[in-house]
Amino acid sequence: MSENLIVPTMAEMLAQGKQPEVLFWVGCAGSFDDRAKKITKAFVRILNRANVPFAVLGTEESCTGDPAKRAGNEFLFQMQAMMNIEVLNAYEAKKIVTACPHCFNTLKNEYPELGGKYEVVHHTEFLKSLLDDGRLTIEGGQFKGKRITFHDPCYLGRANNVYEAPRDLILKLDAELVEMKRSKANGLCCGAGGAQMFKDAEPGNKEVNVERTEDALETKPEIIAAGCPFCNTMMTDGIKNKEKEGEVKVMDIAELIANAQDL
Amino acid sequence: MSYLDNILFAILLVIGFGYFFNSVKKIRRNINLGTDVNRSDNPKARWTNMAMIALGQSKMVKRPIAGVLHIVVYIGFVIINIELLEIIIDGLFGTHRVFAFLGTTYDVLIASFEILALLVLVAVASFWIRRNIIKLKRFANPDLNGAPKNDANYILYFEVVLMTLFLLMNASDLHLQHVPGGFSHFIKAGSFPISQFIEPLFNGMSNELVMLLSEIFWWLHITGILIFMNYLYFSKHLHILLAFPNTYFANLNPQGQFDNLESVTKEVKLMMDPNADPFAAAPVDENAVPSKFGASDVQDLNWVQLLNAYTCTECGRCTSSCPANITGKKLSPRKIMMDTRDRLEEVGRNIDANKGIFIPDNKTLLNDYITPEELWACTSCNACVEECPVNISPLSIIMDMRRYLVMEQSAAPMPINAMMTNIENNGAPWQYNQQDRLNWKNE
Repeated sequence: MSENLIVPTMAEMLAQGKQPEVLFWVGCAGSFDDRAKKITKAFVRILNRANVPFAVLGTEESCTGDPAKRAGNEFLFQMQAMMNIEVLNAYEAKKIVTACPHCFNTLKNEYPELGGKYEVVHHTEFLKSLLDDGRLTIEGGQFKGKRITFHDPCYLGRANNVYEAPRDLILKLDAELVEMKRSKANGLCCGAGGAQMFKDAEPGNKEVNVERTEDALETKPEIIAAGCPFCNTMMTDGIKNKEKEGEVKVMDIAELIANAQDL
Repeated sequence: MSYLDNILFAILLVIGFGYFFNSVKKIRRNINLGTDVNRSDNPKARWTNMAMIALGQSKMVKRPIAGVLHIVVYIGFVIINIELLEIIIDGLFGTHRVFAFLGTTYDVLIASFEILALLVLVAVASFWIRRNIIKLKRFANPDLNGAPKNDANYILYFEVVLMTLFLLMNASDLHLQHVPGGFSHFIKAGSFPISQFIEPLFNGMSNELVMLLSEIFWWLHITGILIFMNYLYFSKHLHILLAFPNTYFANLNPQGQFDNLESVTKEVKLMMDPNADPFAAAPVDENAVPSKFGASDVQDLNWVQLLNAYTCTECGRCTSSCPANITGKKLSPRKIMMDTRDRLEEVGRNIDANKGIFIPDNKTLLNDYITPEELWACTSCNACVEECPVNISPLSIIMDMRRYLVMEQSAAPMPINAMMTNIENNGAPWQYNQQDRLNWKNE
């Protein structure tokens, strides 16, 4: 099912002598994970709709190094960082948007010291600015009155104090935003961070994502909104574990906005 | 009063403070065993942090019940210690209630001390009940089994004894102030809203006996304070002092920003420099000690992390919010801090016993105190850092130890190794070809 997504690469832009307004850092999950690819596409549809001149690195993008760094492999992290910085600086990237809080945090906080200084925003912040500037309008009440709870990604919330942008977007959908008992700075991790995504959990009496899914289900939501492809996976698995996949959906904020516009 | 009392008091003070400063010196020495880290930037933000978080208790009240009770004890501790000034002057110069000349102000002061003392007693009793009767989860946690549990209770008992002695001292004083025509040096001074209810206790006793009791209460009270001050070094209670430097020197960067190891940067830059001569001999510096990547023992941690360990008062808010601990894993951020301090003190005792030199004892913080299983359970979610009322970062220690496991020992769990190999080979944590990165566009 091919659709007409307009996804220019930085190389194509450069060939035309153009500089995009923003570089969309897709991230590994957004590029390869089947579920996360849907988020990537939803975000691109919105960018296309709002006529945002953006570009991706495409095959020139590589892992930011976040999971390597959090696993303790500083060498691998810095190798990745410096290669990415070479590429980004060669294209004179100024502003980067990404739908992954891990990429967001690494690019924003850990690259500057290594020579990569960019304005980095999370896609929820970017979407909010599009709405605030009137470049994007949300019509249609597909989500009107729906109970939506937002799971704070650790690397967006606690790590970088972005709590309001995703919530503002949910409220713009005329949805009923319900908070979990642990939210914002007190939010509970989904269990994927710190390279946990790539290994089995240590022995314990529960999986972290199940614990967090219980938090979410307590709010009796119709939709659990996420802002991170890894949280999305963990919460989706949690919902399956609780056999609630018929009643509760896990969706990225970008998907909510795109769906609201029938994109 | 004979001069004997004053001399005795002076000796008591010298011993009390002398021993205390000796302990302070040891703590300082131990903290300085850590590696250097620069935390001298942005003094304005640092002072603000100290004022808000340590002095203002802003993070304590995030849990309102414990927060308010703690503020009562904290204010009680700070304010009632104004009285200590009078006690020291009285003790050294043989005066009695030397500040009594302040008149109404003095009455107000003493009255507020008394009310605070009562409030402290109530708060301390609540704390004791929370720990020993209600057994809140974070206090019933196995981290605290044995000595730490006793330590916490001893501190509470100390405070009960000190506050009780303070009130008894005032009650006996008040009793003698009421002797018609006055008695000895017991001038009418102060206002005693609480101890007036204790005063009847002394009815029927001879004035001389009450005076003797009063003196005993006074001496026990000051001796108790001095003992308590010296007990700090052996307890988790050091936070009453170290919370201030700890919040000052705490990390100011966004919590998600982990430090980039400079030693690694140098190597990576060299590796990526097309002009670097691959056959050139490494520059020779005979004094250079090859730097170790990450931390396996306390000397590899930086001094702020070691200060963190001494500051930790084992409240367990970190552990109660840790996703790994909540779901039954072995990791407990509080235990990371307790282990770091225990090991640091062990190293310190080793140095003391060996005339100032550390003799390797075939032990390390890693494995002997903290197991890899604990370290690998961390999701790096920063909940522990966010929760800590005095800005301790257990996460930074966990990360430094993971770095040692991975970069010095290649001891990562197998799936983590696979993930890292993938990043190295194809620029993604999974086995996908980098050339396929944009395939989603056409799917």
